[in-house]
Amino acid sequence: MTDQEQPHRRQQLVVVGHGMVGHRLVEAAIERGLTETHDITVLGAEARPAYDRVALTSFFEVGAKALNLLPRGRYDDPRVSLRTGVEVVAVSPRQRIVTLNTGEDMHYDELVLATGSYPFVPPVPGKDLDNVFVYRTIEDLEAIRKAARKARSGAVIGGGLLGLEAANALSQLGLETHVVELAPRLMAVQVDAAGGRTLSRHIEALGLSVHTGAMTEAILGPDRAGRVTGLALKDRKALDVDIVVFSAGIRPQDALGRAAELVVAERGGILVDERCRTSEEHIYAIGECAAPGGVMYGLVAPGYAMAEVVVDTLLGGEGTFEGADMSTKLKLLGVDVASFGDAHGTTEGALELTYADDVAGVYKKLVIAEDPEDGTRRLLGGVLVGDASAYGVLRPMAASGLPLPDNPEDLILPAGGGGGVALALPADAQVCSCNNVTKGEIEAAVDAGCETAADVTRQTRAGATCGSCKTQVKKIVEDHFAAQGRTVDRSLCEHFPLTRAELFDVVLIHGHRTFDQIVEAHGTGRGCDICRPTVASILASQLNGHVLARENRTLQDTNDAYLANLQRNGTYSVVPRIPGGEITPEKLIVIGEVARDFGLYTKITGGQRIDLLGARTEQLPAIWRRLVDAGFESGHAYGKALRTVKSCVGSTWCRYGVQDSVGLAIMLELRYRGLRSPHKLKGGVSGCARECAEARGKDFGVIATEKGWNLYVGGNGGAVPAHAQLLAGDLATEDLVRYLDRFLMYYIRTADRLQRTSTWIDQLDGGLDRVREVVVDDVLGLGTELEAAMAQHVDCYVDEWTATLEDPDKLARFVSFVNAPDLPDPAISFDTARDQIVPAPAAVDLGASIPVGAGR
Amino acid sequence: MTPVCGLDRIDRESGVTALVEGHAVAIFRTYDDQVFALSNFDPFGRAGVLARGIVGTRGDVSFVASPLHKQAFDLRTGQCLDDPTVSVASYEVEVRDGQVLVGGRRR
Repeated sequence: MTDQEQPHRRQQLVVVGHGMVGHRLVEAAIERGLTETHDITVLGAEARPAYDRVALTSFFEVGAKALNLLPRGRYDDPRVSLRTGVEVVAVSPRQRIVTLNTGEDMHYDELVLATGSYPFVPPVPGKDLDNVFVYRTIEDLEAIRKAARKARSGAVIGGGLLGLEAANALSQLGLETHVVELAPRLMAVQVDAAGGRTLSRHIEALGLSVHTGAMTEAILGPDRAGRVTGLALKDRKALDVDIVVFSAGIRPQDALGRAAELVVAERGGILVDERCRTSEEHIYAIGECAAPGGVMYGLVAPGYAMAEVVVDTLLGGEGTFEGADMSTKLKLLGVDVASFGDAHGTTEGALELTYADDVAGVYKKLVIAEDPEDGTRRLLGGVLVGDASAYGVLRPMAASGLPLPDNPEDLILPAGGGGGVALALPADAQVCSCNNVTKGEIEAAVDAGCETAADVTRQTRAGATCGSCKTQVKKIVEDHFAAQGRTVDRSLCEHFPLTRAELFDVVLIHGHRTFDQIVEAHGTGRGCDICRPTVASILASQLNGHVLARENRTLQDTNDAYLANLQRNGTYSVVPRIPGGEITPEKLIVIGEVARDFGLYTKITGGQRIDLLGARTEQLPAIWRRLVDAGFESGHAYGKALRTVKSCVGSTWCRYGVQDSVGLAIMLELRYRGLRSPHKLKGGVSGCARECAEARGKDFGVIATEKGWNLYVGGNGGAVPAHAQLLAGDLATEDLVRYLDRFLMYYIRTADRLQRTSTWIDQLDGGLDRVREVVVDDVLGLGTELEAAMAQHVDCYVDEWTATLEDPDKLARFVSFVNAPDLPDPAISFDTARDQIVPAPAAVDLGASIPVGAGR
Repeated sequence: MTPVCGLDRIDRESGVTALVEGHAVAIFRTYDDQVFALSNFDPFGRAGVLARGIVGTRGDVSFVASPLHKQAFDLRTGQCLDDPTVSVASYEVEVRDGQVLVGGRRR
C-alpha cells in the first residue's frame, strides 16, 4: 500500500549510525517537527551514544562523559528510539528492510545512512602488531592510554590535523613523541610550505620530533610480548618506539551501500545528489559515508549541513547541499592554526600577501583576487599559523566576498591589525561555519531578547560546536548593542556605577574599611539590598574582619546578620562545620542532643553535614554555646562563602582509593573556611577516579591519581549543572594548594556578584585557558599577591560564632523583641510531620499588615 | 504611646522588632536618625521578618528590603515599591529624651 492510501499511518524513519551527524539529524528532526509524522529509530554500532569526536583528544582530560552528546542516553522525544551496540548488516532497498546483526529485520519508509568513516591503515608490514593503534573512537584512546603506561616513546604516522591531535595525546601521556609525515610539510591540506615550517618549529619547540617527507617502510617487531619495537623509515634512521598510531586519513564507511548496490563515487563514499539522495529511492546518505557530487567531506560542519538538508527534504522543503566551507581553525599543541577559503591560491590570477615573523613563530598569508575591471580586491582565503586571532574576521570576509580595504596588510600585521580592523560584515556573512549561523541571525537573536553572547550561543548554536567563532559572536553582540545605543549596563545598582570587580579594585587600592567611605567616594545614596551585602563581602574578603563588627553589620544580608539561614517562617537553620564530613560519635551525639533539647528539625545535607532547622532568633546564642563548647565551629552555611569540601572515604579505608581524600578535604576545608566570595563555594575530593565525592560537580574538585592530584574547577550542581574542567594534573599537594589559593582569590577579585565559578569562567575572555594562564602560568605576575591574600585570610580566621558569644554587643541583637527579649514570637508556630516539627502556615498576621487589593 | 527602647539600641540603617499591644512592630532608624515603624509582617513571604531586612535608599526614599524575597517597602508609608497593590501598616513613632515611643497604627 502506498502512503497516499494510508495517510494517517506514521512513517518509519531509520537512521543507521549514531555519530555526530546522525545525532544532528535526529535533533533537527525533533526541532523541526518531523517526529509529528515520523517515528525515528537510530541504530548505533558503537556501544555508546553519539559523542563529540571533534574534541576527542580532550578525552584524557575530561573523560567520556563530558564528550557525550546525549548525556541521558536517550532523546526526550518519545517518538525517537535509540539502540546502541547494534549493527546493520544488510539493506534491502526493494523490500525497504534493514537487517540487524541480531537477525532482526526492520521495515523503513525512509532510510538515512550516517555510518561515517574508518581510519585508513596503509598496508605496511607490521601493521597488525600489538601496540599499533588508530585514532578514531574513545575505545581507541582508552587502549592507547593503557599501552602508554608501559611505554616510553611513540610515533604517529600522519602529520595532518588528526595526526597532530594524536601526537598531542601521546605527548600528554608522557611519551617521547614522533610525528612521521609523508608529505614535505605538516597539515599539507590546510597550510602552505611556509606555514608548515612555522608549525613544525612550534611543535619541535615543545619537545616533539617532526619527520616530514618520511616514508614508513615497516613497523618493526615484535618483541617477546608481540609488541612494536620501532619504525623503519626509507633512507633514514629507524625510530625506536613502543607505540605506533596511524592517522593517515579516513575512508568512507560505505560498505553497507556497496552491498545494497547503491552507486558509489569514484574515490569512495555513497554518491548522493544535492538533496543527499542516493541512487535508490527512500535512501539518503549523509556525513563522511556520503559523497555529494562525488566529493567526500571529512569535517563535521558539512555533515551537519547534510543532516539539515535531509530533514528539510522529508518535510517537503527545498533545501539543498551546495558544497561546504572547508575552513578550519584550531589550537594544536598550543599553536593556533587556521586555514580558510582558497588557502593554496589555486584560483587563477590569485595574489598572495604574507607576513612572517620567525622569531615569534607567526606566519600569515592572505590570498587575494583583483578585479581586472575596477581594481577592487577581494579576499579568497588564507593561512594563519601561530596567531589566528584574525580568523574570526577574515573567514566570513572571504566567504561573503566583501571588498578588501585599501590596506589589506593591516589585516594581518600585528598590533592594531587583525581583529582590530573595523569591518562591517554583511548580514548574510556566515559567522559560525559549524552550525551555519550568519551575522544577521546573531543580531536577530539579540533583538529577540538575548542579553549576552552566551544567550546567543544557546539560542542560535553559533559557537556551540568548535567554539572558534566565539570571540566574533561576542563582538557582533556588543557592536549590535552599541549600534542601537544600548549600552550593556554592568553597574552594580543605582548607587554604584561600577561592576563588583571594579568595586573590589577600588576598595583595595584606596584601602577603604567602611561602607560610608566607599559610598561617599564612589557612589550615591545610602545603598540597598544589592550593594550593601556586596560591599560587606568585599570588605570581608579583603580585611577578614568579623561580619558583625559594629561598623559593617548593617550591611549584612539577614543570613550573615544572624549567622544562620533564614527559613520561610522567620526561623533559622543552624549548620555546624563538619570538615570533610568526618565526625566523631561524641560530636554526633552532641548535635543530636542539641536538636532534641531545642526541639529542632534535623536533616542530613548534601554537603555531608547536618542541618538543624526551626531555631528562633533568641535561641541561636544558647544553641551555639552548646555547640562551641563541644568543639564545633560555624559552618558558614549562611554565607556567600566556602561551604564544605566533600570527600569520599579515601585510601585509609576504601580498597580502591589511591590517596587520602578525607585528609586532603579536611585540610582544604580548614584552610578556606570563612572565606567570603561572590557566591557560595563548594569543594570536593575523591580518592580515586571512581569519583564518589562527586568532586567535579563542585567549584573546585580534586581527584586522586597514582601520581598526585588532578585539580578541576568550575563545576556546579543546581539549576545549570556543569562539570568541572581540568585545570592542572598530577599535582603534588603543595602545588595543588598554591593553584587553589590563586584560583579562589582570582575568582573573588574578578567575578560578578552572585556569579558561580562556572559562569565566571565562561564569561572570562579566553575562558578556562585564561584561568590556566593566570593561575598556573602566572602570566599576570599576580601569583604571589593572590597567595599572600589567601595567607592573610588563613592567618586571620577566627570562628564567627565563638567570637559572637564572647561579645555582649554582638549578642544583644539576638532577641525576639527589643522590649521582650526572650518572649517567643507568637506568630511562629509548628506542626508535626514524620515525628519532627515543620512550619505551620502563618495563620494570623497580627492585624499588622494590610495587603491592599487582591494581595497574593 | 508605648516606650519600647532607647534609640541607641537601634543601629543606624537597621531595624529592631518590638511588641506593641500584642503586635510585632518593626522599628527602623535611618542614616540621618529618622525613626519609622512598620508592621513586622511581610505580606509576600507571610512571616514576621521585616525588621531584619536591609535598610537603604531608592532615589530619596528610605526603604527596607524584606529579607525573604527582597521586596522593598517605603519606610514612611509602608507602601511596597515593587508592587503598588501591596502595602504594610505603618505606626506613629517618635523619639523623646533618647527613648523610642510607638503609637497606634496610622489610618
